[in-house]
Amino acid sequence: MQIPPELLAKVDEAISHYPVSKRSAALPLLHLFQEHFGYIAQESILWIAEKLELQPIHILELVTFYPMFRQKMAGKYHIRVCRTLSCAMAGSYELREKICKATGIDPHAGGHHDPIAVSPDGRYSIEFVECIASCGSAPVCMINDDFYEGVTEASITDLLARYQ
Amino acid sequence: MSTETATAPPPVQMLNVQIDGVWMQFPKGTRLIEACAQANKFIPRYCYHPKLSSPGNCRMCLIEMGMPKMGPDRQPELGEDGRPVINWIPRPQISCAQDVAEGMAVRTDSPMVQDARKGVLEFLLINHPLDCPVCDQAGECRLQEFSVEHGNSKSRFLEHKVKKPKNVAIGPRITLDDERCILCSRCVRFMREVAKDDVLGFVNRGSYNTLTCHPERTLDSNYSLNTVDICPVGALTSNDFRFKMRVWFLAETKSFCTSCATGCNTTISARQGTIYRQTPRENNDVNSSWMCDYGRLNFHYLQSPDRLVRPSAKIVPPEENEPGWDEALLRAGKALRSYKGSEVAIIASGRQTNEELYLTAELARQIGTEQIDIVPHLDLGDDLLLSADRNPNVAGARLLGVSAPTPGERLRSIADGVRSGAIKALIVLGEDATEAGLTEEDLKKTDLLITLSLLPNATTRQADYLFPSAGFAEKRGSMINKTNRLQRLNRAVEPPGEARDDWEILRDLLNASREAAADSSDLFTIEDLFRQMAAATPALNGLSLSRIGDLGLPLEL
Amino acid sequence: MSQRPRRSPHPRERRMIFANIDREGYTPDIDSYVRHGGYEQLRKAITMEPDAIVNEVKASGLRGRGGAGFPCGVKWGFIRRGGPKPTYLICNADESEPGTFKDRYIIHQDPHQLIEGMIISCFALDVHLAYIYIRGEFPEGAKILEKAIAEAKEKGYLGKNLLDTGFDLEIYVHRGAGAYICGEETGLIESLEGKRAYPRIKPPYFPAVLGLYQCPTIVNNVETLCHVKHIIGMGGAEYAKIGRPNNTGTRILCISGDVVRPGYFEVELGAVTLGEAINELCGGLKPGRKLKAIIPGGSSAKVLRADERFKIKTKAEDGSMVDKEIGVEDILMDFDSLAAVGSMAGSGGVIVMDDSRDMVWTLNNLNEFYAHESCGQCTPCREGSLWMRKITDRILAGGGVDNDPDVLKNVADNIAGKTICAFGEACSWPTQSFVLKFRDEFTAKARKPLPPPIPPEYTPDTLIAETPRLPATNQA
Repeated sequence: MQIPPELLAKVDEAISHYPVSKRSAALPLLHLFQEHFGYIAQESILWIAEKLELQPIHILELVTFYPMFRQKMAGKYHIRVCRTLSCAMAGSYELREKICKATGIDPHAGGHHDPIAVSPDGRYSIEFVECIASCGSAPVCMINDDFYEGVTEASITDLLARYQ
Repeated sequence: MSTETATAPPPVQMLNVQIDGVWMQFPKGTRLIEACAQANKFIPRYCYHPKLSSPGNCRMCLIEMGMPKMGPDRQPELGEDGRPVINWIPRPQISCAQDVAEGMAVRTDSPMVQDARKGVLEFLLINHPLDCPVCDQAGECRLQEFSVEHGNSKSRFLEHKVKKPKNVAIGPRITLDDERCILCSRCVRFMREVAKDDVLGFVNRGSYNTLTCHPERTLDSNYSLNTVDICPVGALTSNDFRFKMRVWFLAETKSFCTSCATGCNTTISARQGTIYRQTPRENNDVNSSWMCDYGRLNFHYLQSPDRLVRPSAKIVPPEENEPGWDEALLRAGKALRSYKGSEVAIIASGRQTNEELYLTAELARQIGTEQIDIVPHLDLGDDLLLSADRNPNVAGARLLGVSAPTPGERLRSIADGVRSGAIKALIVLGEDATEAGLTEEDLKKTDLLITLSLLPNATTRQADYLFPSAGFAEKRGSMINKTNRLQRLNRAVEPPGEARDDWEILRDLLNASREAAADSSDLFTIEDLFRQMAAATPALNGLSLSRIGDLGLPLEL
Repeated sequence: MSQRPRRSPHPRERRMIFANIDREGYTPDIDSYVRHGGYEQLRKAITMEPDAIVNEVKASGLRGRGGAGFPCGVKWGFIRRGGPKPTYLICNADESEPGTFKDRYIIHQDPHQLIEGMIISCFALDVHLAYIYIRGEFPEGAKILEKAIAEAKEKGYLGKNLLDTGFDLEIYVHRGAGAYICGEETGLIESLEGKRAYPRIKPPYFPAVLGLYQCPTIVNNVETLCHVKHIIGMGGAEYAKIGRPNNTGTRILCISGDVVRPGYFEVELGAVTLGEAINELCGGLKPGRKLKAIIPGGSSAKVLRADERFKIKTKAEDGSMVDKEIGVEDILMDFDSLAAVGSMAGSGGVIVMDDSRDMVWTLNNLNEFYAHESCGQCTPCREGSLWMRKITDRILAGGGVDNDPDVLKNVADNIAGKTICAFGEACSWPTQSFVLKFRDEFTAKARKPLPPPIPPEYTPDTLIAETPRLPATNQA
């Protein structure tokens, strides 16, 4: 697979942070690949395994264990809504419904092994995630790497408008 | 005596451990679960395997544990019986990952332990398909076994079970049922720690955890089938064995693998004359608990429809072509008598047992030939068990004078002799002469060709006398492996048809070839033969077949 | 990034760790930090003998702020300096216990406080390579920390020969990827080694002996490491005067749920009661609502019912111990007081529920969390956490049967104490305590008679559907 030089540089930098064991760089490399390609493709798994002198299964084990890694494309804007208690008490289930409605995402799409539902136009995707540690300002969500707290059903419309 | 004790290794420290109220002693370094087993308190376990690392994940081996209560002087407080008072830990502990310690106490069957086992078994079964009637592991399944012993008879689970992949071709020889898998990771650890081919792993998370290979790799190691052996449940099954036979019908015979010079110890499982599988048997001096797939599966040829089942003699009139054993042996022996020793050669085999080799050497002496050797079989070996030398008994052939010092070095002169006509009679024992430097055309030149064989080959086609013999699982006898360990074959099944034990054929041929006729032999049983061989062979002096035992004996050669 | 408007500290707070959080004009860069007295404690620490630093931490009585409350000095005391293997320090910034949201603010607003605490700790423990394991959902936080590390290196507080001491130290940021179990220190270590975060068995894998790369390793929470800086600043003995004996220092309470002003409050340990925390710090419950339940120390802590009464031992004025009966609102917010009422201070996350809350729904929410987060390594937690979730799911969907509360409780009992790591307790304590303390709510929703065993086979769906009344007994 073709790895652009700037990604390769980041990969080598990440590996240098683990002078004792290259294997430790597995999660950082997966983050880099997901940031770059949008998801973890099969060939990325093979490439990373080879780079770290591991078996491909060692990387596949991680991709399927750590919920942040995905094996298919999410929307251009991936929305993570917190599902856990304080946010749920503050209306995160309703918030998720609202986002689905506003973005055209099927609220019943996905399942245990495929928690990410994508809007038909591919612009948005939604994932109900567990506690993202801001319970005091519930409900909270993330849109890509941006964090939003105290999101109300009213404010989400304005928020989504910023991500076109 | 005093000098001896001075050089003796330091004594192993013995530790006092209380098991179910009884104080016992165990050497330092004994794993607690093993100490309990030695005390006849078998602790149920799934993930623990003595030859692998201990992840402690199945939680089946939970026991109640305590340590001596320490007084203010940092010394154990003693009770009325003069033994330490025990401080029991209020929660159960696993016994698979801890070594015994001085003053340690365990309860292997207390209410706390019983509850813990019941709980773990229930957890293991709630998502299990409970498809025992169609599961190959039934009868040797630890889930079944421990459920009967420690489990609940009633299910409380009202929910849908977790669905996982079934019937997965995880390797060329293995099928995986993930719903039956209890995620003990024995197979994963075996492939990582022993086979050094770390292809197995778990994907997904929590109750959805699933054993798998990466799609681009398969479980195709030559040691893959060991994972089937150590799988405590029916998750990994052998394609070769699955659906063939319920295990409780199988009769087990202790044997060893004859596919290379390692001689991995095995158990042969058979029913009514048919072998269904061969599995490794623990022998820490030979093969630990493992064997290679190649050796394990190399028994099917014994059940080939092509097996030779009747003696035959070419040089008699066609109507007498099937002369029967006595007639054929007599004629063959008589025919041998008409050649000078220098006109006869013997191509023997490193696959013959010691007993057969001994008689082969006797035959050579009787004939007066020194043109005798075995056929080398070399192939790629590995660092684990598989030897490059695919002959299982080269050491025996050397010891008994059948093999040249370098196995096969006399084969060239034998071939030359056959071609030049100097060698007129050829005896081929369990080999195909066309693998020993001769062509089928060369064989046609011989006046007399006598062979013992299991299966038809180029040599049997040309043979004047053909004697069908017995395979490794069909006979008794001994061999010496590459580390000079004397090991014993036992008969798991009878040879097919009229095929006979090789040693009996050789005995009768030897008798028939003697000028002073027959029945001089006092070899009625293989024990007689072993005794005679042992008496004549210094390295084997004083041994008998029974003394070899199930695990073999090291020889000084 | 949208942030809630900043709020000035409540008068009952004593801000030490959070001194600069939400402070007007305070920025996370090193200049701002140094301007506010930053790295002074490090300058002091490097003039001390490393053992003296460890002794100060021991004297401070500091207990870990991550959840278990283990004495930090004791943990450090397990490390033998100058052993054959290197020692590693890992900062546990995998903040993910539901109800907890304190490290987030330290990392985002005052990262150098953490870095300084880490450098001091590394100096004390002879650590030359340290990692900050930050949860994957803090991408911004990871960037801020990386920038802070770069700044500290540039200014010579970190890196080779830091502050001309001859001491070398590298700190790297390592991002997790959404797994709660990485908060468990041995799971975290496995994760940092590039593996699935399967916690290790203890014994033998105590991190202080066989930790990262099988070397001695100290894993400390973000807040704990920040406290180290302040302990060096004021001295362990002085620090120990804050709070109560055995519960020293300040702690950040994270209060969420049904209160008027949820948020974080740094208070001296034991200085406020649970009632004061709710009513004074958070402005009480919403109008017209009554208190129903409180989870006092992160979602794993056993729930407290509003009308519970506890008999505790307390110190009288003359110093003797006397029995005293207290209510929920009287519980002091510290380690020992919460343990004394059968719950725990845990990670400092307090979730408040008023009388509008359905306890079956609440437990189901937590069960879903734990079923999702169980790593699946060991049997009881792997199978039990999902089973508990399925039972509460079914009860909520209308398919509850009359023995569900008992089964739920018993399943939880079969997990707790039988697993590799404390997740077993974490996932079973909510079920145990909810079913015990709100049993009437569970029985009210679980009234169907138990279906007969096979045949016919019943599925949860047939139970949930409008089923005809099943026979009252299940015996043929």
